[in-house]
Amino acid sequence: MADGHTAGPAIEARSLRRVFQERRRGRVVKEHVALDGIDLEVRPGECFGLLGANGAGKTTLIKILCTLLLPTSGEARVLGMDVQREPAAIRRRINMVSGGEHSGYGILTVRESLWLFSQLYGLSNAEAFQRIDRLLKMVDLDGSVRVNKLSTGMRQKMNFARGFLNEPDVLFLDEPTLGLDVQTARRLRSFVREWVEERRKTVLLTTHYMMEADEICDRVAIISGGRILACDTPANLKRGLRQERVVRLELAGGAVAEAAAGVTRGDAAGGAARGGTGGAADVLRRAVQDVPGVRRVTLSALDGRVSARVHVESDGVLVQLVSTIAELGFDLHGLEKQDPTLEDVFLALTGRRLDDEGGAVGR
Amino acid sequence: MKPSLLALLWHNARAARARAYVRVVSTLRELSWLPFEVVLPVMAAAAYVYLYRALDAPPRYAGFVLLGSAMTAYWLNVLWSMATQFYWEKQEGQLELFFLAPISRMAILAGMALGGMFMASTRAIGTLALGAWLFHVPLGGGHPWLALGTFLLTLVALYGLGMVLASVFMMYGRDAFNLVNLLQDPIYLASGFYFPVRALGRAVAFAAAAIPLTLGLDAMRQLLFGGEPLALWTPGVEMAALALLAVAYLFLAYVALTAMENLAKREGRLTVKWQ
Repeated sequence: MADGHTAGPAIEARSLRRVFQERRRGRVVKEHVALDGIDLEVRPGECFGLLGANGAGKTTLIKILCTLLLPTSGEARVLGMDVQREPAAIRRRINMVSGGEHSGYGILTVRESLWLFSQLYGLSNAEAFQRIDRLLKMVDLDGSVRVNKLSTGMRQKMNFARGFLNEPDVLFLDEPTLGLDVQTARRLRSFVREWVEERRKTVLLTTHYMMEADEICDRVAIISGGRILACDTPANLKRGLRQERVVRLELAGGAVAEAAAGVTRGDAAGGAARGGTGGAADVLRRAVQDVPGVRRVTLSALDGRVSARVHVESDGVLVQLVSTIAELGFDLHGLEKQDPTLEDVFLALTGRRLDDEGGAVGR
Repeated sequence: MKPSLLALLWHNARAARARAYVRVVSTLRELSWLPFEVVLPVMAAAAYVYLYRALDAPPRYAGFVLLGSAMTAYWLNVLWSMATQFYWEKQEGQLELFFLAPISRMAILAGMALGGMFMASTRAIGTLALGAWLFHVPLGGGHPWLALGTFLLTLVALYGLGMVLASVFMMYGRDAFNLVNLLQDPIYLASGFYFPVRALGRAVAFAAAAIPLTLGLDAMRQLLFGGEPLALWTPGVEMAALALLAVAYLFLAYVALTAMENLAKREGRLTVKWQ
């Protein structure tokens, strides 16, 4: 049998497909393809990121690998064991943490709650409390607080600690830093990274925070519509876009206030401004997009100012770009050449930003 | 390496203990339930005790009523803290963590049952003690040890039924709540919580015997308060029937749980909240 320390993959999926059926009066009225032929291999000791918008199929894939859901077709193996035929053996060696989960009973303290979960993994009391104290220190959480008194962030810290209780060979982290403050999220990310490196454990992380994936993942797969569109190291994925130049333009003056409001309204409406509303923001976006050599443009607004991130074919496009912006009555406050990010890779592959389906842009 | 059978049993026993611990803690840590859940059953019993006294019924009828009133704690616990519990655990996202763990789901149900027994026992003992003092009911007569054995057998069968219901209710979600409401008060009547069940006629009493409390109450009343011309069967027959019910319900619980898990994994009901 393969395990987390052999040459075989820690996680393997072949032509994995999952279709959810909506039934009414016993008849299937609607089908939703959550996974559409996923092929994936995660190596032992690797921190692997699954990057995708909400509804892309990330959680469905994790649930199948965690033996909580059956695939409609295809095959999936964890530590060399088949998820359909050997779920009990897999469960002994994995764990999962989901962002926003509400595990734990309000009447118990954090320490008691973690002890409860440690018992599900057969730890002795001495070993359990030793691990609990170490993990609570790591996440900076007071174990004597009752679970029903925890804030969202504190609760997520407790969930995070729960995932490491049994020292799993494979840990599934499904949006684990959801709802956490920046400092805590950073601390947990560095803990995950160290844990993977020091103990040669495997982590499958799903996230829609680009920075998170970029910071801790050895390799990243971009998933959209239940399919994996690309899979490589973050550096290689970004290198694929190097033939493009990315410039960031800071705009002021003219109709910038109106444009900023338009961008903000558009964001609130799920990116309507990017799709075109006819307002100042839309006029700006279209004008920039129409400049020959511009491949993509995304607008963002902060504190009444507008920032345009423009992908261009070459530096020669910049002259025409600057002149177009001036013609629209905007003042150019800043121009900065940037390296492509995973957000750019995602945009290039899927044609939309990661937050277009209600998710958040990287922090 | 696959663990030995003994190691598996020990592991599952620890898991059951951990799940039971939640209920033990919630019973002891917040005592706000005490005045309501002890006094209200005593008040319900009082109405029947005074009615029987007004009708010149034998004094042991006060004991019948008090015992029935104390046992309501177990029925309510089975309905609201066993049958509906998996559904709530699913809504809270807790159920998938139990299913993710390398334990038998029966261990979780057993833990819920053991904790529930402790929780309901505190209420039942409180009701018995207060009622016995108020209505001057002697509790030490008859065959107390046999009555205790019948009581334990009743609990195993009753919580076995609760385990079956837990799986069934999880699959049917909110619709099951109407069924819980439907099962609450009518069972007080059908199982004879406040009167000897044979008064309903043998056919109804026989049907009501599917609820272990019917037989348990009837047997315990006979064992604690003496022979009763209105008894359904002899205590020996009722204990044998309870033992059969216990085995049947525990087996059914295992089958229902396995079927529920397979269906949930196939249809995504366990984890996909929008379905």
